[in-house]
Amino acid sequence: MPDVAVVGFAQAPNVRSTPGTTNGVEMLVPIFAEVFERTGLSKEDIGFWCSGSSDYLAGRAFSFIAAVDAIGAFPPIHESHVEMDAAWALYEAWLKIRMGEVDTALVYGFGKSSAGQLRRVLTLQMDPYVVAPLWPDSVSIAGIQARLGLESGLWSEKDLAEVAARSRADAAGNPAAQLSGTVEVAELLDAPYFADPLRAHDIAPITDGAAVLVLASAERAADLVDSPAVITGIEHRVDSPALGVRDLTKSPSTAAAGRALDLDGVEVAELHAPFTHQELILREALGLGDQVRINPSGGVLTGNPMFSAGLARIGEAANRVLDGTARKTLAHATSGPVLQQNLVATLEVLS
Amino acid sequence: MADLAGKSRTCFTQDVSAPELPLSAPLNVGFDYTRSVGPVLGRFVDALRERRVEGVRGSDGRVHVPPLEYDPVTAEALSEFVPVASEGEIVSWSWIAEPVDGQPLSRPFAWALIRLDGADTSILHAVDAGTPSNVHTGQRVRIRWAEETVGHIRDIAYFVPADGPDTEPTEAPPPVAKREEGAPVSVVITPIHLRYEHSASPEESRYLRGLAEGKLIGQRCPSCEKVYIPPRGACPTDGVPTTDEVELPDTGIVTTFCIVNVPFLGQKIKPPYVAAYILLDGADIAFLHLVLGCDAADVRMGMRVRASWKPRDEWWTSLENIGHFEPTGEPDAPYESFAHHL
Repeated sequence: MPDVAVVGFAQAPNVRSTPGTTNGVEMLVPIFAEVFERTGLSKEDIGFWCSGSSDYLAGRAFSFIAAVDAIGAFPPIHESHVEMDAAWALYEAWLKIRMGEVDTALVYGFGKSSAGQLRRVLTLQMDPYVVAPLWPDSVSIAGIQARLGLESGLWSEKDLAEVAARSRADAAGNPAAQLSGTVEVAELLDAPYFADPLRAHDIAPITDGAAVLVLASAERAADLVDSPAVITGIEHRVDSPALGVRDLTKSPSTAAAGRALDLDGVEVAELHAPFTHQELILREALGLGDQVRINPSGGVLTGNPMFSAGLARIGEAANRVLDGTARKTLAHATSGPVLQQNLVATLEVLS
Repeated sequence: MADLAGKSRTCFTQDVSAPELPLSAPLNVGFDYTRSVGPVLGRFVDALRERRVEGVRGSDGRVHVPPLEYDPVTAEALSEFVPVASEGEIVSWSWIAEPVDGQPLSRPFAWALIRLDGADTSILHAVDAGTPSNVHTGQRVRIRWAEETVGHIRDIAYFVPADGPDTEPTEAPPPVAKREEGAPVSVVITPIHLRYEHSASPEESRYLRGLAEGKLIGQRCPSCEKVYIPPRGACPTDGVPTTDEVELPDTGIVTTFCIVNVPFLGQKIKPPYVAAYILLDGADIAFLHLVLGCDAADVRMGMRVRASWKPRDEWWTSLENIGHFEPTGEPDAPYESFAHHL
């Protein structure tokens, strides 16, 4: 089976709100052009298209259909969609190439979180019988998870503020980031609670955005870019949707996905952690030591475009290989409430 | 998440102070989420209706509350029910200072995972505690039942501190299981209401603003030169935004049509009537509208039609400004002239 490599990645600016449509066309058209320019490919060269987005975020049925306009889908294309973060769309595209059906694929994700009330919209991804009818919001659920770790001594409020401060400092080097800059940990800890025990800096901002990533078989990739980022492993696992069954201070599904991969020698990890404490859970689950550089892009705490943020983690991790600054990187994406579903991938220089 | 279906409604209003911004308007979506419960969740909600809580025993001996249909470890179907108490302790919690629509309390409260006595796993629910200083992990809490129980998770209105006074529900619990009185609950209904600010694209906004002035504005793709009405955010053939503005006449032809004979809820016109694809002269895409003003049986593919506009004082940013299309009496367009638009 052919190896699969990332050959191009682009993302729209992460912003608090755009005046654009919920179908993302305005955000997607420019970034499609960007990856075509970078790879020298055109839409006619793409063998398979796959996207991730959510009708609940858009407030209308089959919202992803309108986004297909951004492709210019004539002559007819080979296209699919997942109602999850587009990292899972990437998985579908990866399979298509592995099976030899196509040798290129373009994956995109988009979301206009600002159109609705995000933490309430996300309620509808929870159990529809005994949880969603209570309308628990995503921030409150994460607060319950954070307190479990605080009270059992796994982390402190200062640990969480340090994650936030480091993320914002790193985001200064990321032109797409929504939040960036130097903040003092003490200053962050002086802020009031938003959802006790979480403060605003513990919570990823509400973000509109989109991302696109181009995959190619390793053979094809070598003709397109100097150093393709080969996906040497990709795994995803899921934990029980029943919140009260899990030990929420751990992420067994992330750990299981990580165990299935060879993580030795990972230099950089892009982790999809929409809350500060979730970064600590993920690092522990993946066994990432201090030698691994975490989220040099700033991570989703500095911009969290729903349904493309996970794909963007893979794109950021790939960029480190594409630009020659790392030989082996790790990308993680999550979907669902409190780290329910997790995907982990490793990317490496073609040997 | 599943695809969103249901009733929605939006209307656009013009903001004359910012003519460059796309039009936007509130979009409110609502539907009753109606689900059958099956034997496990059915037994759980039936017990709630009688102000009792039942859990289910898992393969590892743990008692799950709320009950799980399938074991989280072995995936075996579960069926051994275990009664548990309506009192228990807080496992973890967070504070919501400003509750959002639909939550169990409209005043500040705690969300908590609560392990009921006799259970090994915990249930998520609200705790009415006044201030965060009145909540702590390990705290004993008990169920405050809804005044009317119907067989739904919201028969538990919320929890209160076990040693505190009982309090009144702040709002009626939603639904509403449709059933014959006394029969086991087979269906639970949860109303879902979401509010959005819906935005039209810049191209659609040009079109909608044009309609408010009685103009039919299409836009041309700069690449393939096709004229779209309504205009597209991106040409579906070329993937580039449509740009050149084209004002189209209000005459065109019927490309294809159907005769509506079936009455349905919300129908505004008495059947039979004709819904047709209208291709305006100079356009490359047809849109759906009504053809009235003649017998439905007389409508034909290729028939020439003209817009019948409503009175000017009823115009707004909507294609509803055209009440319908009606025949002009001109000769039909030959099939070959529109065959490629079907």
